[in-house]
Amino acid sequence: MISRIEQDHSRFREIIRGKIRQNLRKYISRGDMVAPKGQGTVAIPMPQINIPRFVHGDNSGQGVGQGDGEPGDPVGGSGKDGQGGAGKAGEQEGGKALEVEVTLEELAQIMGEELGLPNIQPKGTHSLETRKDRYVGLRNTGPESLRNFKATYKRALRRQVAMGSYDPARPVIVPIREDRRYRSWRTDPRPQTNAVIIYMMDVSGSMGDEQKEIVRIESFWIDTWLRSQYKGLESRYIIHDATARVVERDVFFRTRESGGTMISSAYKLCAELIDAEFNPEQWNIYAFHFSDGDNWSVDDTATCIQLVKHQLLPRCNQFGYGQVESPYGSGQFIKDLRSAFAKNIALVTSEIKSKDDIMDSIREFLKGGR
Amino acid sequence: MTQLPPALRELQDEIKSYADEFGLDTFPVVFETVDYRHMCEIAAYGGFPVRYPHWRFGMEYDHMLKSHTYGLSKIYELVINTNPCYAYLLEGNSFVDQKLVMAHVYGHCDFFKNNYFFSHTDRRMIDGMANNAARVRRYMDRQGVSNVETFVDTCLSVDNLIDPWLPFRRKESRRAAEPAAAEAEAEPSGPEPGRLHNTRSYLEGYINPPELLAAQKAKKKQADEAQKRKNPPHPERDVLGFLMQYAPLEAWEADVLGIIREEAYYFLPQMQTKIMNEGWATYWHSRIMTTRALRDDELIDYADAASGVTAMGPGQLNPYKLGVELYRHIEDRWNTGRFGKEYDECTSLSQRAAWDKKLGLGRQKLYEVRRMHNDVTFLDEFFTEDFCREQKFFTYKENRRTGRLEIEGREFSKIKQQILQQLSNFGQPFIYVVDANYLNRSELLLGHRHEGVDLKMDYARDTLRNVERIWRRPVSILTVLDDKPKRIRFDGAEISMSDEPAAFRV
Repeated sequence: MISRIEQDHSRFREIIRGKIRQNLRKYISRGDMVAPKGQGTVAIPMPQINIPRFVHGDNSGQGVGQGDGEPGDPVGGSGKDGQGGAGKAGEQEGGKALEVEVTLEELAQIMGEELGLPNIQPKGTHSLETRKDRYVGLRNTGPESLRNFKATYKRALRRQVAMGSYDPARPVIVPIREDRRYRSWRTDPRPQTNAVIIYMMDVSGSMGDEQKEIVRIESFWIDTWLRSQYKGLESRYIIHDATARVVERDVFFRTRESGGTMISSAYKLCAELIDAEFNPEQWNIYAFHFSDGDNWSVDDTATCIQLVKHQLLPRCNQFGYGQVESPYGSGQFIKDLRSAFAKNIALVTSEIKSKDDIMDSIREFLKGGR
Repeated sequence: MTQLPPALRELQDEIKSYADEFGLDTFPVVFETVDYRHMCEIAAYGGFPVRYPHWRFGMEYDHMLKSHTYGLSKIYELVINTNPCYAYLLEGNSFVDQKLVMAHVYGHCDFFKNNYFFSHTDRRMIDGMANNAARVRRYMDRQGVSNVETFVDTCLSVDNLIDPWLPFRRKESRRAAEPAAAEAEAEPSGPEPGRLHNTRSYLEGYINPPELLAAQKAKKKQADEAQKRKNPPHPERDVLGFLMQYAPLEAWEADVLGIIREEAYYFLPQMQTKIMNEGWATYWHSRIMTTRALRDDELIDYADAASGVTAMGPGQLNPYKLGVELYRHIEDRWNTGRFGKEYDECTSLSQRAAWDKKLGLGRQKLYEVRRMHNDVTFLDEFFTEDFCREQKFFTYKENRRTGRLEIEGREFSKIKQQILQQLSNFGQPFIYVVDANYLNRSELLLGHRHEGVDLKMDYARDTLRNVERIWRRPVSILTVLDDKPKRIRFDGAEISMSDEPAAFRV
């Protein structure tokens, strides 16, 4: 029997995913999906549904705190992050979404679980095994250089208190051999494989900021997932309007060009890039293309299909095409691709209408485990 | 139900003996150890594993489980207000932690049993919750899960609109109502309306002309009639109860609304006494641990855990910390006699500091306080200037220019006012049902008694929609927005806002 909480939990998750109770969706506070925080960690908001009630509005940043300080000193934290919270007696209703900080590795793991993603089977015989040491706990022996001061101190203090030799007036702690604690590590083997992601984005006039935001979030997640699967993941970025060029990551997300769209230019460049740098024998190659699906001409679309069929698909583990909805695009391209490659599983297409669809789209892209 | 391991059972007996020794008066306590998933599950259900199905419990569970997994927070203990009192211990906690938790639980249990504000709660609420759940499930079978769930969501939108004093008024008003009804039949014996005071009988005809008196009388009668017809006769804070009684609901809907109301009233005292309750439990775990239960080699771990409980984040009020410090302060004051007129009027700082009448009334006073007060009266009565200064309280404010929160000052009256304002009505706005036949169109008129903070507007609008769904006629609320009295109305199709001549007052 499924426990009660499991039922309620799955119901909550279905609401979050928008499968049921669409009318609740507007109360879901989600925030930006990821926000980088410090070294290698990100904050992911935990989705939350706030039932509307008559509650007090923002009490204009006032409250009572406790501690040292002169008038004018900041109250903890820095800037807006401080978010003191008014220390209300009850629960603080509303406000921003709860956030947890996790490392990117954990994030990928969570994502894998959430989306039910299969682990990727790397191709090629060219896989080396590397080892990575991680400090995971404490032990009683070890080199002095790895001595954990805090744990040792605690043991010593505890022993002295228990023995009655601790003098609060003269709190000198002398650790003896048995008190010492050392950090211990674990060695994780990691298969080394080479993988490269080639991102292509349409930056023609019809791709607005919102569309780029979607591409940014989606490529972040794809990046995170593939990084958790491969060590030493490379990425390349290609932008195109009527012509294509390889750019830096920053440029990729910031540029706003204008003008027409010739998708074939990007595919051609991508094929050249693979030829020049990434031997398909040794590399796992992933190509993702994001566009609003508005190509210049039918001829060019035909060229694209030829390129994908003969140049890209044979060399890539997977070719993904994500179509972002924009007010200008006709959205024809995805239909052309679908009709040309109906049965080829290495080509995955996905339509992304709004930010809410990103998760589904990622699942679409990565569920193959290729 | 799992049997408590022998070591913990022994521990329970030990802690219980200390609690008895200190004079704590508790229900029997049943401890159970559970793993963290189970703990999160029970906590999500507010302590009762038998609640009706609803996604918000799943959401709570999701959050707690994630917080636990990522090491953000950990639920050490969970105790519910029932007789016997059920308490859950987290499996795998260290022995010292379990000890601390048990002592803490006995503190809570004593508070549940003895605090006046808990006196109206149903101590067999587990059964009550289970019955409620069974009924909601039955409605779901008949009406469809989605229908019932949607209605529950709608009701939850108003579950904070209850009258904290209702449970205590009920008995008295019933007693008072009976003779009052008989009296109302008789002619009112008060002074005649409109009659002016007159000591010279020969001027009577001029000062109080009979036709004017008659007119006044008729007017009053009319007003009385109107008042009698008015529903509710006085602004009513128990909005949930009012809706349950008067809204055109189907039987199952009224029952669901009643269930939500019942549970809201059950949990109310815990919100009213958060600081007192946690403070009391903290006071006792600290007292029991440091004077009785703690063994030498457990000291460090205990200190670590205990400091975590009372840690104070910047710009936050930790109810555990505030509560326990206030209890200690009270105990000290009544032990040394620092109260009353003589002490208050003493202006010499050195005399005040050395004040000690060796009364030893501290413990007795503490028990009295935990019996009679709730958070608001507790703070109002015992949050003194001395305490405020010792504990280094300050008010903070957002700096408009930098967006930073900055310390504003340490003025006692301001600090106290701010704290009391946060606590009053457990931080919820005061909302009343004003008129159920507004504009003589059976529209519902609510009133928000403005206490300096505006309502959160987007929420208020959506809440109005939900109230309309229950009332099935247009709904308005009187409130104040940016210092201007307003009336917000939802007529079933759209929200409109209009100015009002005056703010709503009771």
